[in-house]
Amino acid sequence: MHISIRNLCKAFGNVVANNDISVDFAAGQIHGILGENGAGKSTLMKMLSGIYTLDSGAVAINGNEVLLGAPIRSLQVGIGMVGQDPLDIPVFTILQNIAAGAQIAGHTQIADSFAAWNALLGFELQPHLRIQQLTVGQRQQVEIIRLLITGSQVLILDEPTTGISAAQKDALFGALRTIAREGKTVLFVTHKLDEVAALCDTVTVLRAGSLVGTQAQMPVAKDVILQAMFGDRSAQASFTVGHHHPNGTLWHLNDVVMQSANLRLGPFSQEIAAGQIIGLAGLEGSGQTLYLQHLAGMRLPRSGSIRFLNRQLVGARHDAVYLPADRLHEGIIPSMSLVEHVQLLHKHLLDPGQTARQKVLQLIRDYNIKATPDIALELLSGGNQQRAMLALIPESARVILVEHPTRGLDAYSAESIWHRLQERCTRGTTVVFFSADLEEVMTYSDAIIVFYGGSLSRILDRDTLTEQSLARLIGGVGFAEVMQ
Amino acid sequence: MDQLVLDLAALIAMSTPLLLATLGVLIGERAGVINLSVDGSMLLAGMVGFAVAFTTQNVVFGFVAAAVVGALVAAVVGYLGISLGLSQTAVGFVLALLCTDLSSFLGNPYVQQSGPAVVAWPIPVLADIPILGTILFHHDPLIYAGLLLVPAVAWYIERSRPGLILRGVGERPEALYARGIDVVRVRYTAVIIGGALIGLAGAAYTLDLKQGWTYRHTAGTGWIALAIVIFGAWKAYRITFGCYLYAALQTIASRMQVNDWNVPTQVLQVAPFVVMIVVLAVVNSLSTPAVQTWIVTIPAPMQRLFAYITSPAPASLGKPFDPAG
Repeated sequence: MHISIRNLCKAFGNVVANNDISVDFAAGQIHGILGENGAGKSTLMKMLSGIYTLDSGAVAINGNEVLLGAPIRSLQVGIGMVGQDPLDIPVFTILQNIAAGAQIAGHTQIADSFAAWNALLGFELQPHLRIQQLTVGQRQQVEIIRLLITGSQVLILDEPTTGISAAQKDALFGALRTIAREGKTVLFVTHKLDEVAALCDTVTVLRAGSLVGTQAQMPVAKDVILQAMFGDRSAQASFTVGHHHPNGTLWHLNDVVMQSANLRLGPFSQEIAAGQIIGLAGLEGSGQTLYLQHLAGMRLPRSGSIRFLNRQLVGARHDAVYLPADRLHEGIIPSMSLVEHVQLLHKHLLDPGQTARQKVLQLIRDYNIKATPDIALELLSGGNQQRAMLALIPESARVILVEHPTRGLDAYSAESIWHRLQERCTRGTTVVFFSADLEEVMTYSDAIIVFYGGSLSRILDRDTLTEQSLARLIGGVGFAEVMQ
Repeated sequence: MDQLVLDLAALIAMSTPLLLATLGVLIGERAGVINLSVDGSMLLAGMVGFAVAFTTQNVVFGFVAAAVVGALVAAVVGYLGISLGLSQTAVGFVLALLCTDLSSFLGNPYVQQSGPAVVAWPIPVLADIPILGTILFHHDPLIYAGLLLVPAVAWYIERSRPGLILRGVGERPEALYARGIDVVRVRYTAVIIGGALIGLAGAAYTLDLKQGWTYRHTAGTGWIALAIVIFGAWKAYRITFGCYLYAALQTIASRMQVNDWNVPTQVLQVAPFVVMIVVLAVVNSLSTPAVQTWIVTIPAPMQRLFAYITSPAPASLGKPFDPAG
């Protein structure tokens, strides 16, 4: 089935997620859709699968314009999507999962079609197992079969290789090739360059919500794709940031394995020096959060040891402050004011007098927060919330571990946040941060660690890298040479 | 022996309103909607059902009216809880209070009136079977309907495809939406059909098992129905067992009263409620982490038994659904 997308636009509030996108996807091929986080890939796919409505533009299938806007309509015209977190029902068996939905025939036919696709695609699913007993990779396989049974002619996979094993990835790629050979259209959304090179017939690159160039037949040189994904960033390099000088080792990591539900880093050993700013680069979900939480002592390593100031790290410490990405939910208590936050942090300030208020007024001046002491933090702008969070970090903190320090902030707010962080660093606090913004990582870090595909690099000196070489590493090009 | 047979027959009969109400609650909750208004809903529907039957001198009209009232109250729960996304608990609670007072107010003219009632209809031949005939086949059509409804609802929810979709909507509505299902419509349908059953439960009292109308005629049965659905882990047969267990406790309590066992009446009256709370607490504690770690150490058949007892609530119970989210 041939899909033509014409002048598709989608905005959320003031943020334009897709800007005038026109592209064709031919039948019987696997099409790679590539882009950074936030480039607008998922938005485009969610419009095709009916989860989002289109603001403007049109979609035609085999030359006939179709009306999308609800999942049922997309399913009726034959477009189905497998999400990053498969949308299935954990307590149901595989067969029940397939049966629960529109556009499905009787029970016996389901079992037969399931067996047929399971064999054709080389999956080894047992139809009576419950979804909650399966791995993410197997759940993905169930979703693929389900969509094929419902008659999908276009199969969208959104970042399907996140959180699945290498063997499952091979099985998936094999299955997708089979599906394409059956004459169906496969849209493969990813940020991993090598996967597109290994699997896809064409590549389409999105950057900042817009299409870069036109769709190209693979193979395309990696440099050309990287250039398309990240743009020409070397032009705007202007480092005005001073170097910090590391003094003494803060963390000793010895044969550490860090593990979460679907990610595993290591084993690796590292020594991290104090008094510098370390940037973690890599596509989101490559293990940066896991790494930060281990440095903070919030998670303990699966094996190996982490020593902080020559002591075994056994739990979260008061002098290692972790600022999560979701600051409104995890970082602050939205309905409480600065005064109340200060009182929470310092028990001795919980007094009827004015001690807490005076401290807050001081913080408001020092950190240039546009707020009164008693206003609820949820009412502040993003930049002010972020500054408030920084202000609430006690001076005694030796370490600040921060996710996306300036995400969603305008340039001015971002700069002022970095000004505060650098001040802290000059006074001896070590800052470790990760950001999806390459420029931010390059501008403010003294040292950089790159995360890619479940591994991390050595601690690299910022000055040995350029934005382009960093972009290559993030895409996995030449990563092996710097790997731990 | 004869007394026991008569008691069992009475047990089957007197459980009918509770059975209808729990099945109504069950259908809504499996789709993810809590209708907490059950008790008020039963009262209002029972009162209206009696009033209509009294005025028209026709029992069937009374039941139809009761079902409509139950469905309307459920539709209000649906509109506020599903369409507007308000807290279903709060909405249901307020409606329960409102309907209770409304039934007392509007039902004033019908207090202590005697109206038409369902007439007994022993099933020919079957009713003559010794013991079993007396227990099961000496009732009236409403009671037979209640008995037949249990396997029907169980089959619908657990075995049929619409039932599968209903359960899916109660577990993970966003998944069913992505599969092309109109989640809102499924939820409305479920809660309204459930509401109609709850309405019938009210009329089952006023037109059959506790004929006539008085203030607070259901004596809190609606609240018990909500608890029994939890006790029965959202499974039709276990809920039915729960209904009979509760009725049995009540029978025992009243028997003890008659036999003058030197226990204060009040203790016996509240005993079934206390037993219900204890059972809920025990069942609930089985799913705590500490108990779960202990359970994996016991023999496999025991583990299966515990897993059966502790089957969890529908994952999206009481949560509003937003397709764009």
